[in-house]
Amino acid sequence: MSKIKKKIKTIKIDLDKCNGCRACEVICSAFHANPKYSSNNPARSRVRLIRQPIKDVYLPVYAGEYTAAECMGRDQYVIDGKEYDACGFCRASCPSRDAFKEPDSGLPLKCDMCEDDPPQEKPLCVQWCLNDALIYEEREEEVEEEEKLEDVDVGVESLVDKHGMQKVMDTIARLAKKD
Amino acid sequence: MRYGETGFNLEIDLSRGNIERVESDPKLTELHLGGLGTNAKILWDRVPPETDPFSPDNLLIFGTGLLCGTPAPGANRTILTTYSPQTLLMAYSMMGGFWAPELKYAGYDKVILRGKSPKLVYIWIHNDKVEIRDASHLHGKGAVETQELIRQELKEPNAQVAAIGLAGENRVYTASIEQGRSSASRLGIGAVMGDKGVKAIAVRGTKDINLARPAEFFELCSDVLKYIKFRNENPVPNVMTILQGLGSPQEMLHVDEKWHTENFSWGNSRARRKDFWTKEVEDKWKETQENARKRLISCYNCPMKCGAIISLPGMSTYMMKCFSKLTYTMAAFVDSLDFGFRIAQRATEYGVDGFSTPQIMAFAFELKDAGILTDEDFAGCPSDNEGRFYWLLDRIVRREGIGDVLANGTHWAAQQIGKGAEAYAHNNIKKHEQLPLKLGMLNPVYFLMYATGEKINITQIEGQFPQSPFATMEEREDFIKDWIQVPDEKFKQIVLDWEMRGERSNPYYPTPEMSCDIVDWQEKMHYIDDALGVCAGLSSFPLKPPYHIHNYPHFISAATGIDVDEAGLTRVYKRNRTLVRSINVRRGLRRADEVPPEDHWRKRFPELEAKLLDEYYKFKGWDNQGIPTKEALQELDLGYVAEDLEQRGIIKNEQD
Repeated sequence: MSKIKKKIKTIKIDLDKCNGCRACEVICSAFHANPKYSSNNPARSRVRLIRQPIKDVYLPVYAGEYTAAECMGRDQYVIDGKEYDACGFCRASCPSRDAFKEPDSGLPLKCDMCEDDPPQEKPLCVQWCLNDALIYEEREEEVEEEEKLEDVDVGVESLVDKHGMQKVMDTIARLAKKD
Repeated sequence: MRYGETGFNLEIDLSRGNIERVESDPKLTELHLGGLGTNAKILWDRVPPETDPFSPDNLLIFGTGLLCGTPAPGANRTILTTYSPQTLLMAYSMMGGFWAPELKYAGYDKVILRGKSPKLVYIWIHNDKVEIRDASHLHGKGAVETQELIRQELKEPNAQVAAIGLAGENRVYTASIEQGRSSASRLGIGAVMGDKGVKAIAVRGTKDINLARPAEFFELCSDVLKYIKFRNENPVPNVMTILQGLGSPQEMLHVDEKWHTENFSWGNSRARRKDFWTKEVEDKWKETQENARKRLISCYNCPMKCGAIISLPGMSTYMMKCFSKLTYTMAAFVDSLDFGFRIAQRATEYGVDGFSTPQIMAFAFELKDAGILTDEDFAGCPSDNEGRFYWLLDRIVRREGIGDVLANGTHWAAQQIGKGAEAYAHNNIKKHEQLPLKLGMLNPVYFLMYATGEKINITQIEGQFPQSPFATMEEREDFIKDWIQVPDEKFKQIVLDWEMRGERSNPYYPTPEMSCDIVDWQEKMHYIDDALGVCAGLSSFPLKPPYHIHNYPHFISAATGIDVDEAGLTRVYKRNRTLVRSINVRRGLRRADEVPPEDHWRKRFPELEAKLLDEYYKFKGWDNQGIPTKEALQELDLGYVAEDLEQRGIIKNEQD
């Protein structure tokens, strides 16, 4: 297999520099409004500031993958004497919390690094964070080129694993005749 | 659809437990914008002037600014309006923090409280669901503590809570409303909230705020952010450190307090402590502050860091801003900043104003030293400076013994105590305690701002124009070269001509005419900020701010779709300014009340001061008692105000 270059986009988060203003949430929700900037609502934002001033917890978290199931076990972090919520560092839009879901439809939200045409120089949250708590970094990595399987391939492959090739082929042939 | 605003107010009658969502008239937005402007309109229309501040008929209005909840940086202020128990005039104290945008996202521009709840309650606003809930378990709880308890009780970590402490419950005239890192402290607004039986208002909102012209609005916001970045990297040279940057005074950042400690007459003093800032104090204070300060923090959607999280061993963590670290320490004649942080923590939980309260306590100990108050009044009071301040703070907040008298502020306490106590209540304007500044030469601009300000609090009036002349022509030219904020080029000429001494110096220069112009500009920016909910720290308060008269009309138009230009916006300002004045005139405010403390400046000029007031009133279209004339009112679409003042005989009788 050959090697290919892949662009990795990262937002480096410096918790010490966060002043807790939530400008990241403001501009994220405005940028993703349709038409762009036409409305503002941090509840729609794909970045959330977990903010507990009295405990000095200031933690911006970005929305990652959607997951249909919640975790059975959770991790609780104590860093520098500060205790972070069990779901604190998690990026998932999941059934166990409100974060990263459209408030009216409940559909999951996911950070897209402000993909735009023409492309933005940096994600908007980074542009609006004047305190440099959010720093955008891009790097290229060489990765093995993988043949990406189609969704159906993935499904059929798992059926073959389970039932054997012959049985799957017989079944498909029988189903095809029915049509 | 309404743009920028939600178009709905929440009307809560506490006596009957009735809650209504009422659509507001869009015409009023055009006439008054929002925040202070529409608050004043509601107060004028609905609360008759004879209403006692503690009457159920008095309203307590939590009004968000027109731009709150939009992406405009620093648009996060709640403007609270009611009649003040202390001044008996209109009070409009304000708070930043996170509450106003949250209320907009819940779908409301204002919460209007009327009546009185028979028992202590709190209000829970969650989008369309609004409840009045029992708060008997929160009796006596701290204002910061209460916010956390309510969030836990509601299981809503994202709810924003504005709460009063014990001082508000006990109707102490310096009671504040605390919220996040902010508070509405001045003029006894917390006492009115306590009188209404409301411990807190918690809000959570997840709805949209819409913008009329999104792309244009976004560009305007980006320009403001760029300018903030530029100003943070380029402090204004040739002025004191504290005046160089944006934001409110950066008291949480700076540790060098030589200037403030030695140049203010702290507490209730008439003299400065010229030799306070020794090397020993400097080292100790630096160490204390750096240890106590866990993080510099901001309000909603603002890149500045005017507040801090303060944490010391053996005490709950809290948030602090501005001068409270100095006010108690200096008023108590204590040299330890550790004491300042600790007593401010207790005072914040009690929910009291950090300016008036230490002044009242210092006033009380002066009366004790003078033999006007007796040992009996202070029975049980410790003798050390720290101990006696804690002791008296507790008495005031609980309204126990002498504390009950002092809880009404220095003016009313002096009246009640008598025996010459009045002379010790020397630092008030319109019955309200002022910043403890005692200066030499009268500055005509400041004279007017102190005398005529309806906010009755200098920091909410000043800004924009330099506080004193620059020493050299080179410095002046340097200052005006990128002064884009001026509404008119003539202000640059005044700065160029203003000298430190000689013919063109204070008090006769700027001339009365120029002084009126300067004051008008500064007032204009504050009134616009207070209607839009933009923090003065990014606009009317510092030199060379990112928001100004040239970009504000674009912000308003792009947000709301209401087309307004500089002239139109100036008209709205004049209307709001005149309406606030009319409310106070209807409550009895006259020229005789517009008097700065006698000892504020050492050198006074009675004739010049009279001329300044004459010119200012004329400039505003008011008569020589400070009452708006019928013509001026009609010209500003306030004909109904003129009619009312005429019916009451205020215009007809007194303008002859």
